[in-house]
Amino acid sequence: MKLPLISEVLSNPALVSDLNLADWDVLVRQARRTGLLARLAETLKGSKWEASVPRQVRWHLEADHVLAERQKIAVRWEVSQIRDALMGLEAPVILLKGAAYVMAGMPAARGRLFSDVDILVPLEKINQAEAALMLAGWHAQAEDAYDERYYRLWMHEIPPMQHIRRGSVVDMHHAILPRTARYHPDPLKLRAAAVPIDSVPGLFVLQPVDMVLHAACHLFHDGELPHGLRDLSDMDLLLRYFGADRNFWTELPKRAAELELERPLFYALRYARYFFKTPVPIAVDVALNKAAPSLPYMMDAMFHRALGPEHDSYRDSFSRLARFAAYIRAHWLRMPPLMLARHLLHKALISRKEAPT
Amino acid sequence: MSRLSRNGLSLMTGPFTVRIRSDIPYVAEGLAQLYGQFVLSDLEFQDFYVSVKRPCGLRRWIAPKANFIYDGFRPFQPLPADQAFPMLEWGMNWCVSSHAHHFLIIHAAVVEKNGFAVILPAPPGSGKSTLCAGLVLSGWRLLSDELTLIDPATGLIHPLPRPISLKNQSIKIIQDFSRDAFLNRPSHDTAKGTVTHLRPPDDSVHRQQEPVKPGWVIFPKWQAEVEAALTPRSQAQTFIYLAQNAFNYSQLGERAFDAGTELIRQCDCYDFTYHALPDAIRMFDALAEGKKSIK
Repeated sequence: MKLPLISEVLSNPALVSDLNLADWDVLVRQARRTGLLARLAETLKGSKWEASVPRQVRWHLEADHVLAERQKIAVRWEVSQIRDALMGLEAPVILLKGAAYVMAGMPAARGRLFSDVDILVPLEKINQAEAALMLAGWHAQAEDAYDERYYRLWMHEIPPMQHIRRGSVVDMHHAILPRTARYHPDPLKLRAAAVPIDSVPGLFVLQPVDMVLHAACHLFHDGELPHGLRDLSDMDLLLRYFGADRNFWTELPKRAAELELERPLFYALRYARYFFKTPVPIAVDVALNKAAPSLPYMMDAMFHRALGPEHDSYRDSFSRLARFAAYIRAHWLRMPPLMLARHLLHKALISRKEAPT
Repeated sequence: MSRLSRNGLSLMTGPFTVRIRSDIPYVAEGLAQLYGQFVLSDLEFQDFYVSVKRPCGLRRWIAPKANFIYDGFRPFQPLPADQAFPMLEWGMNWCVSSHAHHFLIIHAAVVEKNGFAVILPAPPGSGKSTLCAGLVLSGWRLLSDELTLIDPATGLIHPLPRPISLKNQSIKIIQDFSRDAFLNRPSHDTAKGTVTHLRPPDDSVHRQQEPVKPGWVIFPKWQAEVEAALTPRSQAQTFIYLAQNAFNYSQLGERAFDAGTELIRQCDCYDFTYHALPDAIRMFDALAEGKKSIK
């Protein structure tokens, strides 16, 4: 399968000078569908390629650029509110994913759109933290009793908490993988190595290698495929940023082994390289060799389709099957078979929510 | 029809190009009747790809439905097939209001005469669309009956003169008001009652690329047995109302605040109660004449 145009352009923006209008049509649609339009906009804005953006296309980039800029301000505000609410917790509050990228001022924040702020707190403090956030206006919103139980008993997070006035959502985690999952990276190890954010005393982000491992495990263990390509683009930006430090690359596979996250890291590097031409030293491949799946080409066939844009311009006869397989796989890793059967049955027959296929 | 169902039809509507596909005859009929005066765009780049289609499967025959699809994605639940055309209209409004953040988009009708626009924001049921239709059938230029598009850089309002949606009693009022009014086949029992669309005047469509200065913000309210009357209202309150009724005020943040305050600065703000459409139109014409002499 040919690479999607959006990933080609993000890894090599110079390509835009050769695009005709029909190419731009595909590019904007793929970018929109994958949540990467704002990132495309910020990549081109102020660059020497900005002039080659056709007149008709400009507003699309401008509109999402406006959105991303505004969201960055909103995220900073929400983070400060969360920090204030959790002041008395006497435990480090760690920002994860998008909010971490923004607060730590990293390139992965570029053109990043948000739906929520993710935080990590110790399991023994989670009730106290929930109560504190409730006092500040956030309330846990499970869809139904089944969902509530599913989150509280089995997951690594409580149901999403929505702010009663502002509508902002906090996802509060106590681990980075579900309790029922195959692997159990120890959250204590992550917390012990967390790094304080200079600009907001009291808040932390994961150390570089852990940030990458968390992103990898989220992508390849969580089944959040609608944002697959955007998360992979985050991964690309993280690796390029941290990778400037040579120690990072020796540290990364070691830490992956320590946290039982070698397989997700293997995939993250493999597909970041495939979609975004991320530079990864060969030595890292060697170190991760034993983590390779037994049928890598079959996994490629699945992930090349499932991680790409879910759009007519990037579809073949196997796309649906690949997406379905990826969904099942992610759930397979999340919980034991019997529980999985019960969960999928419930989702298919009882919950109104549609399963992504 | 066959072109519509296969490749789709590309239309230029105000600042946007949209490619529409549909296999539903009601949609084809509505487009032919209400969009005949729009220019077909043959560009390779389209702003929005939309389609209205019947879902597959048995239900197609038992209780026919229509789906609105935006570039392969369904933002809404399906509606009964009888509502396919209004669904296309609502879907196209959604496309604009949830993507075009280079504009501040206010939920309001907007019409123009003598170079200045009247913005008519109002809650549903206040007679906003009826008044808008009446003005448009009396020589005012239609800019939009739903979406007021303000360019924050220039402060100008950009037209999007698509068909005007009329509901329930206002359908008859407009039919009685003007013999020039063309309304398409109504859809019954929608979420908003009976809905039909008024064909926009040719002149408004031909001038759809001409943005215009804002002149007034007027809140219409239809009331039984009252004389038509304009009462000045506070600019600050008007601003707050517009902000709350903008589709993307919070997404735009500071830009929206600046664009909104600049808009209000240039506008006279009124509450307007009316009973008979002809009286209302006389008062609006007088307003437009007044502005002309200032200009």
